[in-house]
Amino acid sequence: MEILSKKTAVLFILPALLLMFLFLIFPAIWTIFLSLSDYSLLRQTLSFVGLDNFRNLFSDGRFWNSIQLTFIFVIGSAVIGQNILGLLLALLFYKKDNIIKSITSNLVIVSWIIPSVVVAYLWRAFLNPDYGSLNQILNFVGFSLNVDWINTYPMLSIIVFNTWRGTAFAMMLYMSALETIPPSYLETADVIGASLWRKLCDIIFPSIKTYMGTCLILITLWTFNVFTPYLLTAGGPGRATEILPIYTYFEAFRHMEFGFGSAISLVMLMINLVFALFYFKLMKGDNK
Amino acid sequence: MAKIEFKDILFRFIYYALLVIICTFFAFPILWLIFAPFNPGPTLSIEIPLNPTLENFAEVLSHGYAMNALINSLIQSLGSTAIVIFFSSMAAYAFSRVNLPGKTTIIYIMVLFSSIVVGIAAMVPIFFLLLEIGLIDTHMGVILVFTGGFLPTGIFLLKDFIDDISHTYEESAIIAGASKMQIFKDIIFPLSTPGMVVVGVFCFAQIWSNFLIPFLLLRSQEMMPAAVAIYTFTDAIGMPNLRLISAYSFIYTLPIILIYLYTSKKYGFRFYGGLKG
Repeated sequence: MEILSKKTAVLFILPALLLMFLFLIFPAIWTIFLSLSDYSLLRQTLSFVGLDNFRNLFSDGRFWNSIQLTFIFVIGSAVIGQNILGLLLALLFYKKDNIIKSITSNLVIVSWIIPSVVVAYLWRAFLNPDYGSLNQILNFVGFSLNVDWINTYPMLSIIVFNTWRGTAFAMMLYMSALETIPPSYLETADVIGASLWRKLCDIIFPSIKTYMGTCLILITLWTFNVFTPYLLTAGGPGRATEILPIYTYFEAFRHMEFGFGSAISLVMLMINLVFALFYFKLMKGDNK
Repeated sequence: MAKIEFKDILFRFIYYALLVIICTFFAFPILWLIFAPFNPGPTLSIEIPLNPTLENFAEVLSHGYAMNALINSLIQSLGSTAIVIFFSSMAAYAFSRVNLPGKTTIIYIMVLFSSIVVGIAAMVPIFFLLLEIGLIDTHMGVILVFTGGFLPTGIFLLKDFIDDISHTYEESAIIAGASKMQIFKDIIFPLSTPGMVVVGVFCFAQIWSNFLIPFLLLRSQEMMPAAVAIYTFTDAIGMPNLRLISAYSFIYTLPIILIYLYTSKKYGFRFYGGLKG
C-alpha cells in the first residue's frame, strides 16, 4: 500500500531542503563569487577583480605564517595530543572497572561539553602566572617557577589547551573500537605469553585501524576549523598564535575586507572538502 | 617467581601513576568552576570556599544584561532546536516511506556540506547573506543559520529511527480514513520521540554553547546570548569581574552538565559527528 504519494513526500521535504540550500549550499557557492570581487563593507562597492585576491593572499607573509601555525596546531593538538591521549586512556580503561576510571572518563567528557567561553576562562585562570594552579602545582612538586605560559609559550599553551578540550571524542571512539576485538584473541596471546608490545602491534592496532582513520580525519577537520584559541590568546602575542580561523576573522570581520576574506574562506572550505571526502570514502569502504 | 611479581608491581605502579597524572590534568582547570562561584572574593587561583556564599549568584540575578543574555540563549537554542526537530522529522518521514529518485545522494550531499561549511570559513558568506536579506542582528537570523547547519544531521539520524517503525500502523490509519498530516502527527511524531530527543539534545547543547555564530552575526547588546555576554563582564577599571564571571559561568554551564547526566543515564552517552567544533 502506498503510504505517502510522491507529491506529498516532496512537500514534506521542501522546507528542510530550502533551509539547507539557503544556509549551507548557497553560501559555499557564493564564497567563490565573493572571492573574485573586491567587496568591502567599508567601501560598499563591488567589482570583479579576477584572481587578484588569491594573488595577494598567496604573497601575504601572514597567510603563510598562519598556514604554518595551523599545521603545528593540528599535528600537535589533534594528531598527537587528542589522538594519542585518547588511545592511551582507552587502553588504560580496557576491561577495567574501577572508581578512578569512571572519575577520569567523566572529567574528560565534561571538559569536552563545557561551553568554549567558559573553558577559555578556566584556562586563563589555570595558566595565570601569579595565581594559576598550574604554577602552583609545579611549585608544590618542587619546581620553583613563575612562568607566564600564554605569553612565553603561546603555541604550546593553545596546543595543550585544545588537547584537554577535545580528547573525549578520541577516547570514546577508541573505547568502543577496543570493544570490537574478540576477547579470545587477547586471551590466546596471554596464554602464549606475548608481551604488551606484541599484543599492541599484532592484535590491537590492526583491529582498530579503520577507527583510527575515522578518528584522525574527524579531529583534524574539527581542529583545523576551531576558533576557541582566539578566546585564550586573541592570536597573540603578536601573531604567534594566528592560526587560519583567527587570520580569517581578522581579515574578514575586523578589516571588513570580504572579498579577500572570502578568498581565505574558499581555501579553508576546499581543505575541509578534501578531509570530508576522505572520511566518506573510508565510511563507504567500511560498510562493504 | 619473585622477578615476575616485581614486574607486576612496577606495572601496576606505572598504571596508576599515569591515571592519576591524567586525572589531575583534566580535573584542575574544572575545579575553579566548582569553587570560585562560592568564594566571597574569588581570584584566579583555586581556593576551597571556607565561608561559602551565594552572594555572587545574587549579583548575577540583579544584573539585567546578564539575565537578559540567558533568556536570549534560551530563545536561540530552543527556537532553532524546535525548527530542526519539526522540519527534519517531516523530511525524514518522507525519505523513509517514499522511493524518491536520488534520495540517498541528496542526503549524502547535505551531510557532506554540513561537515565542510563550518566555522569561520562559513561565516564570511553567511554574514553577507544575512546582511542582504536584513537578518543581521536578529534572533531569526541566528536561529535560521543554526537550523540550516543541523538539519542534515537531524534528517540522517531521524530517518534511521523512522525506518524502524512498522508500516502497519499507517496502513490501518489510511484505511480508517486519516489524513497524511494526521498520520504524521498522531503516529510518527509520538513513535519517533526517542529519536527526536537525541536530535534535540544534540542541537540544544551545541547551540547553547556556540560562541562564534552569535559573536559574528549579532551586533546589539540586547540580542547577545550568554556565550557572548560573559566575554564582556568587566568592572569599572576594565578588569574582568570574577565574582560575576564565576557565578555566571556556573549557571550557564549547569544546563549542559544536567543534560549530559540525564542522557547518559537514560540512553547511555552517544556521540555523533558532523557539527562539533
